[in-house]
Amino acid sequence: MSVGLLTSVALAAGAAQAAGGHAVAAKPFILTEHLPILIVVIPLLAAALTAMLRNGRVAWAISLAVSWILPILAVMLILQVEEKGIISYALGGWAPPVGIEYRVDIVNAFVLLIVSVVGAIAMPYALRTVELDIDEPQRAWFYAIYLLALTGLLGMTITGDAFNIFVFMEVSSLAMYVMIAMGRDRRALIAAYQYLIMGTIGATFYVIGVGFLYVVTGSLNMADIALRIGPAFAESSPPVMAALAFIVVGISLKLALFPLHVWLPNAYAFAPKFATVFLAATATKVAVYILLRFYFSIFGSAISLTDLPITEMLLILSIAAMFIASVMAIYEDNIERMLAFSSVAQIGYITLGIALANKSGVAGSVVHLMNHAAMKAALFAAIGAILYRVGTARMSELGGIGRTMPLTMAAFVIGGLSIIGVPGTAGFISKWYLGVGAIEHGWWVVAFLIVASSLISIIYIGRFVEVAYFQPVSEASEKGSDPPFSMMLSIVVFTALTIYLGLDTAWSGQLAEKVAAVLVGGLAQ
Amino acid sequence: MKLDLILRVTTKAILPFILLFALYVHFHGDYGPGGGFQAGVIAAGMVILYSIVFGVEAAQRVISQRLVATMVPLGVLIYGATGVISFLYGANYLDYGVLGHDSKHGHHLGILLVESGVIITVAGTMTAIFYAFVQRGR
Repeated sequence: MSVGLLTSVALAAGAAQAAGGHAVAAKPFILTEHLPILIVVIPLLAAALTAMLRNGRVAWAISLAVSWILPILAVMLILQVEEKGIISYALGGWAPPVGIEYRVDIVNAFVLLIVSVVGAIAMPYALRTVELDIDEPQRAWFYAIYLLALTGLLGMTITGDAFNIFVFMEVSSLAMYVMIAMGRDRRALIAAYQYLIMGTIGATFYVIGVGFLYVVTGSLNMADIALRIGPAFAESSPPVMAALAFIVVGISLKLALFPLHVWLPNAYAFAPKFATVFLAATATKVAVYILLRFYFSIFGSAISLTDLPITEMLLILSIAAMFIASVMAIYEDNIERMLAFSSVAQIGYITLGIALANKSGVAGSVVHLMNHAAMKAALFAAIGAILYRVGTARMSELGGIGRTMPLTMAAFVIGGLSIIGVPGTAGFISKWYLGVGAIEHGWWVVAFLIVASSLISIIYIGRFVEVAYFQPVSEASEKGSDPPFSMMLSIVVFTALTIYLGLDTAWSGQLAEKVAAVLVGGLAQ
Repeated sequence: MKLDLILRVTTKAILPFILLFALYVHFHGDYGPGGGFQAGVIAAGMVILYSIVFGVEAAQRVISQRLVATMVPLGVLIYGATGVISFLYGANYLDYGVLGHDSKHGHHLGILLVESGVIITVAGTMTAIFYAFVQRGR
């Protein structure tokens, strides 16, 4: 019997029926029913496959194929959600809330789209930079690690189970530590170690928080927790408050909210170029999504968050991030570290929208997830190209680089304008929403501060633009020329996306507003 | 060289029993305590004991670096592919119920297949970590 069974398992579904004796009637495999799991399983299996084949080029080709399939699945998911509402996928056939549930609504479908599109656009960039950064024996492993990071990020986003988030958080974080540690610079090891310690503390805090929630609600399914947390809070509030505190602090470490950002600049600066582009555009965004989910969909649905000091704390830390990190960026000579500090400042804008907690503010946060991903990927990809050609990212050595690498620097300028928030670029849209949100809230000072902090970013972006265009061509810059086609492709697409998201907000803005409506309106039941 | 005769003979005698015990733990994992993870560690313990007594070169003649590096992803593939098989029957990912002639049998088989993936990956990973430590500075 078991032999017959194994052969039937090996064959397709049609043949399985012929094997006979099956109590369960085989029904055909319908792709659209399994989208939620496929978007996680495809990169996972591809990671194992690339590690088995151990050939850098083959691994790149597999990663490229997978990275280009995933956005298609993400778009299909968004269409399905728009058509039918929330998709629930019971893993292993165990019905939620007991079993693990993959739950897709418009919020995480949107984040899935961001992560998968960034992976797809960044993948051509990997071909040459990984050849430079990683030795051949490790190249296939590097791609396997990248695919695992992608699996973890997509898994964190799609799952509806609080503990499952922790598992995927560990998958993605461990993969990221390894990716960063594989950088050529020896300081990459220390940076990865620093990130490891901070990231582990963050994950621990998160899981302690989830433990508290489990104790008071008896559930790990997030939709279920949201239903039970109100009565639990009424019965006894301290454990719920402790859970909120642990989870917010833990995730804030992961998303590098000021002053928990210390791990970020070095991690971005010393990682392999491709890893920097990918991580800067995705890792913190997914952490923000988790914060949004817990803050609005779970805690916000049961507790009046305005009664707690958490809103003020988020507000103060966000504004501190916007200003202090921007000022730190001004004094940074290494452009990659400068951009990393700029990322910390930009995360401040995102958390500011969360603190505003009205529809426009949250829409600003959500749309900034996408806009910041596009512009920061463009900027880091441009700097990666300069590193690829010239070998240094020190501003003091890069005089006149705009003349020897014109296209690359043009991309940098456009990305930089978007960071500043110039109209016509993606950054403007985010700041517009945030500003409107602040005014709607009656916080005129905050609206003013958003503009004021943008002025600081003019200084640090402007400094490098001045060096690149108005200084004589330095010794190092003479070696520069625009990078190979595969790298240029990624840079151009990221830059084009930055402009596109700034001009045509018809769908990105509407989508963000829909997401914000779902979040602010509590968990969609 | 010959002073550790007892150690060498005992090790050789004990090795098959370690493996047998690993397999025992593995096959009892679905009903009793144990499973692929513990079994994988025990199996890797066999390799580690062998290389402590006979030297890492001797161990690598039997279990080569290449084999170990293949085992790690292979187990993940087996685990993942088990879930994919459920698709062929139209069930959800990792739904073992459809694998057997009834749900109970299906779960039994599914857990066994998944645990086989786990034992391979864990044994491979433990051995790889050991090799990596032993070869430091060489």
